[in-house]
Amino acid sequence: MPRRAAPEVNAGSMADIAFLLLIFFLVTTTIETDSGINRKLPPMEDVVDPPIIKEKNIFTVVVNKNNQLLVEEELTEIKDLRAMAVAFLDNGGGQGEDACDYCQGKRDPESSDNPEKAIISLKNDRETSYKIYIAVQNELVAAYNELRNREYLRLNPMDGMDFVAANKMYSDPRTDAGTKAKMKPKLDEVKQMYPQKLSEAEPSKTN
Amino acid sequence: MSKFKKKKSGDLPAISTASLPDIVFMLLFFFMVATVMRDSTLMVANVLPAADQVQKLDKKDRVMYIYAGKPSTRYQDKYGSGARIQLNDKFASVSEVAAFVLAERASKRQELQNVLTTALKVDGDTKMGLVTDIKQELRKVNALKLNYTTRLGDYAQNMD
Repeated sequence: MPRRAAPEVNAGSMADIAFLLLIFFLVTTTIETDSGINRKLPPMEDVVDPPIIKEKNIFTVVVNKNNQLLVEEELTEIKDLRAMAVAFLDNGGGQGEDACDYCQGKRDPESSDNPEKAIISLKNDRETSYKIYIAVQNELVAAYNELRNREYLRLNPMDGMDFVAANKMYSDPRTDAGTKAKMKPKLDEVKQMYPQKLSEAEPSKTN
Repeated sequence: MSKFKKKKSGDLPAISTASLPDIVFMLLFFFMVATVMRDSTLMVANVLPAADQVQKLDKKDRVMYIYAGKPSTRYQDKYGSGARIQLNDKFASVSEVAAFVLAERASKRQELQNVLTTALKVDGDTKMGLVTDIKQELRKVNALKLNYTTRLGDYAQNMD
């Protein structure tokens, strides 16, 4: 039998096929990562002896079922919330061992003693809309971040970045361990100055 | 004369495209490796609220997702238009959240089991009642690290 030479397969369309696959994967790829507000829930077990907290150290924020905001029992717009929270946290009205030497607030004796003792209490209704809740959370976190940024810049003027940027760099997995170890005490120091004490009450039932 | 002609006679050689498939394949493999296919189809409306004080949620292997919101139009005649929770690929009630978290935790590597974060992807128009119920369930199974997933934007976008 005469052996016929096998005809060469035309590979010209190979690129087209590969391109088709490439475009499919290009379209389905999602490289973006989610971001959001991190929170820590309190553990379930009840505290037997709740510590006694002075009324002036609590900043109450209530969102009712009509998405209205009550801050310290006064109807407020969300845009004013950040400034009010900053004023409360940074008040530093304490005397003696409660005094706060880095606070730049009004030192009103009727408001919080120091940031360590200042607690923001957030209460919402079951009918409150989730996006309003997130807006309120966002503004409260912003108040803490504003103060932390200020202190971070004051303590570490050579770093050239504020607390938020430093924290972002710290939590970035690409930052090497040596840098992280150096950053941790600086971040912890500022976190200690303005600890995030945000307490959420169980929501009220709508009657 | 003939000398010069000889030089000109050779046409400009065509650029070989033989390596083009290789280049394209290389790109293809990159995207195949980098692709994360959406593992659960969304069955609820999911317009996340906007926030700007956010932290990134890196390391997808230590995150579990809980979706909540109104069922999409396609499912509304079956499940109604009240907000529902979606776990993996199906609707669930609040009481199933705890079991879901435990199952999810058990499926992760030992060293990751204590550092898991729960990402709440909740539609902006949901009422807080449902979110609070989820949070209570999470507290029961000690899944305390929580992330309210948001999209980047000014809080004022939430007001309308």
